[in-house]
Amino acid sequence: MAKPKVGFYWCASCGGCEEAIVDLHEDLLVVAEKIDIVFWPCAMDFKYQDVRDMSENEIDITFINGAIRTEEQEEMANLLREKSKILISFGACSQIGGIPGLANFHDRDSIFQSSYGSTCPSVDNPDFIVPQTKTDVPEGELTLPAFHNTVKSTDQVVEVDYYLPGCSPAPYLTLNAINTLLAGKRPEKGTVLAPVKALCDTCDRKDSKPDKIMLKDIKRVSEVELDPEECLLAQGIICMGPITRSGCTQGGEGRCIKANMPCRGCYGPIPEVQDVGASMISAIASIIGIEGEENMSDEHVEKIMDTVVDPAGTFYRFSLATSYLRRKLNDYAKDNN
Amino acid sequence: MKRIGVFVCHCGVNIKETVDVEKVTVELKKHPDITHIENYMFMCSDPGQNLLKNAIKEKKLDGVVVAACSPTLHESTFRNAVEEAGLNQYQCEIANIREQCSWVHKEMKDATHKAKVIIQTAVAKLKLNESLSAISAPVTRRALVVGGGIAGIQAAIDIADAGYEVVMVEKKPSLGGHMIQLSETFPTLDCSQCILTPKMVQVSKDENVKLHVNSEVEAVEGYIGNFKVKIKQKAQLVNPDLCNLCDDCSDICPVLVPDEHEEGLAWRKSIFIPFPQAIPATFTIDEDSCLGLDPIACGKCKDVCEAEAINYDAKTQIIEEEVGAIIIATGYDLYPEENLAEYGYGKYPDVITSLQFERILSATGPTNGEVRRPSDGKVPKEVAFIHCCGSRDPDRHLSYCSKICCMYSSKHAKLYKHKVPDGQPYNFYIDIRSGGKQYDEFVQQAMEEEELLMIRGKVARIYKENDKMIIHGVDTLSGKGVQLEADMVVLAMGIIPSAGTDEFAQKLKLNTGEDGFMVEAHPKLRPVESIQAGYFLAGTAQGPKDIPETVSQASGAASKALALLSSDEIFHSPIIATVDTDLCSGCGICVATCPYDARELNEAEGVVEVNDILCEGCGACISACPSNACQQKNFTNRQLSEMIKIVAAN
Repeated sequence: MAKPKVGFYWCASCGGCEEAIVDLHEDLLVVAEKIDIVFWPCAMDFKYQDVRDMSENEIDITFINGAIRTEEQEEMANLLREKSKILISFGACSQIGGIPGLANFHDRDSIFQSSYGSTCPSVDNPDFIVPQTKTDVPEGELTLPAFHNTVKSTDQVVEVDYYLPGCSPAPYLTLNAINTLLAGKRPEKGTVLAPVKALCDTCDRKDSKPDKIMLKDIKRVSEVELDPEECLLAQGIICMGPITRSGCTQGGEGRCIKANMPCRGCYGPIPEVQDVGASMISAIASIIGIEGEENMSDEHVEKIMDTVVDPAGTFYRFSLATSYLRRKLNDYAKDNN
Repeated sequence: MKRIGVFVCHCGVNIKETVDVEKVTVELKKHPDITHIENYMFMCSDPGQNLLKNAIKEKKLDGVVVAACSPTLHESTFRNAVEEAGLNQYQCEIANIREQCSWVHKEMKDATHKAKVIIQTAVAKLKLNESLSAISAPVTRRALVVGGGIAGIQAAIDIADAGYEVVMVEKKPSLGGHMIQLSETFPTLDCSQCILTPKMVQVSKDENVKLHVNSEVEAVEGYIGNFKVKIKQKAQLVNPDLCNLCDDCSDICPVLVPDEHEEGLAWRKSIFIPFPQAIPATFTIDEDSCLGLDPIACGKCKDVCEAEAINYDAKTQIIEEEVGAIIIATGYDLYPEENLAEYGYGKYPDVITSLQFERILSATGPTNGEVRRPSDGKVPKEVAFIHCCGSRDPDRHLSYCSKICCMYSSKHAKLYKHKVPDGQPYNFYIDIRSGGKQYDEFVQQAMEEEELLMIRGKVARIYKENDKMIIHGVDTLSGKGVQLEADMVVLAMGIIPSAGTDEFAQKLKLNTGEDGFMVEAHPKLRPVESIQAGYFLAGTAQGPKDIPETVSQASGAASKALALLSSDEIFHSPIIATVDTDLCSGCGICVATCPYDARELNEAEGVVEVNDILCEGCGACISACPSNACQQKNFTNRQLSEMIKIVAAN
């Protein structure tokens, strides 16, 4: 029997998800024994044409990481969808937009301004030459894929069968997913292949929590010396643990928490949560300034709110592209994709 | 799929005038989720309800939307009707197309469209409604009354008379409150003590009443019908059962302190009986001033006490009581006189408060009822009564009216004239507020027959010149400044919640308003209940009021408490919060947000649990829950988002 064919592809991502595959270490060799890698441009020499030449559903499982930022990525996502039986959205950027999704607080024009224009201190580009989809040169026409105005998650472009969350997905989850699928098991379409409950459920600081978590204000990690054992939220740090899917370590204790840093939310929301940022803002607002709130002046409330630096970037760090907001709206965004 | 019926009410013309009910009916007939729709002039009428009941049976409906007025008005009417027709009452939803639609719009086209949208949202919600039944819990059939003034006394008597036990807690050494300090009461001028002491005696003799004086409520746990109360009682240095009131102890006691009952116009000993008719009838030791607590320093009273009632080693004790209902009757205090420095209280002994004047007028008071001024004991020939001291002055003092000072200041003037017939009272007032049975007649009679001089205007300053108090004010009727001389000035101080009300309310998680008074559940329709289930309000703890109003409210609170105590079980709305333990990660964010202490983190299971009886369904936890594990029954996030989708799409 022929080995199952597997493909890997990256879109708008940092490359960490590719590393996450390599991080399977010797397990990768075991996996590689069982499968036939038919496409992995980051690691092996494949051409897009190889994929185009395949027949429909020829690939058994394709892992796509990264968000959809450009025309090329959108085209490849569509192509791979057509050629794959199972498409797995791999990693936070692919699943929920990830860090590239934060670009949705801006638009193509302002991004070009800051990357190629005068606002970028390291660029000397007085004529403001920006990437064009078509450029005529004596030798003929050069083309570049278009840069979309809005960053999208994979499932906003093509149908996705399963998700592996995380920035980047923990190797053990990847291995579990591959083994599950290779064993012929098919979880319900749309399943996120990670634990259901939020990180607090397995956090090893869980017992340090007070009976009631009540915050006076919000602190940044740089402002305080964090207790290495106490619940970070109870210390006044915005920890996204209550809303973020657990599973980032096999032991469950939380990868960032182990490093005495708050959870930033890369594993995405647990099921039922529609909008990570709004839900978490609502949760924090519910426990902040709760003592004596009846007598709190508007100025005092403002002052407390000001302790949350960069709320949009904090609460929507990974999920902006798939939130209710999706992006910052302006006239430019309305007219452009 | 549910078979849903929609009933559109015209509400006479209230709805029909602005919403085209026929059009709504015809257009929604095609709605895929609506099995049956009709409209009627008054759905709340008997024929209207019958229409609904018949349709449920004939059309085999299993859900009903009534598009009518606000659910606060007729939701229960329609839910009962639905139950009578054999459906669960939670399969009835109200679409408010009156207050939220016809009354606030003018354009029929827009209002009709909006009514359709509102109805569709109710249908969308109803589709996902669960059938629920009321939650029940047993009732401890005893009541706690906090406060031993007239409000607490009346409430306790009413409850005890109905055959239920009452636990009464009074902070001071005796029952009586402020009413026992008063001389004669308006408008009938009957002696306050004479009408109050029989009630005090009645309470003390009633076997159903358990009285704890020198006590305060320390903590309340539990919920409506099932409260566990911790009462902190000060050390009983004098055993009330042994004290025979011989008075030997106070004769020998060397410590003199200002007498609270006499509002500081007289002195009392450190071991004392607050007033002759005190209940319980016993001497009591004021720990703060007693020297005997250090036996080397004193101990004289113990030496002379033949009844051996004195025990300096007695300790503060915590008494635990279980009750089903709690009546709050914690009363009032006067607005601090120091806040009105321009009137010279404290600086001039002849500037006194209204309560001090009550004591001066009282037959048992420091002057045995003769009107004499504190500085030199002379009979004042001219007395100025200043109304509204600290009241109705939102910029500097209290914004509200003390409600009783017009009446008692008129009474003061009148009683003063009775005792000093050649004296002249001057009353400075802003307006005369004398609403109440026989009240205006009382004031008019005082003005006409007792030669009161009523001056409409505020007093700016009071100071002393030679032997006289000089009062600077303005007569707002003539627009001219007024300067008067008087021998004594009586300040009708504003009324504030009694000291400690704020902490007490916080301890019990009761709501207080901006003015600090306890907040009732509804200002008109539920004036004696707190919004917190199982708590009832009586007297001035809820706001300034006079004796008749206090007594009525106390009886009202008692009857509300009795309604609760008269059943074995209480029933509670099932619209409460739930926790999906499959989703709950035990983050605990919701626990602190619950104003009713209805949530607890079960550490062993790592999930949060809801106490169904304590949960009032406010929804605070639901918006706090970051994982959407908290859902309100029949108000699930899914239901709300389905409703929002309809609104957004239209």
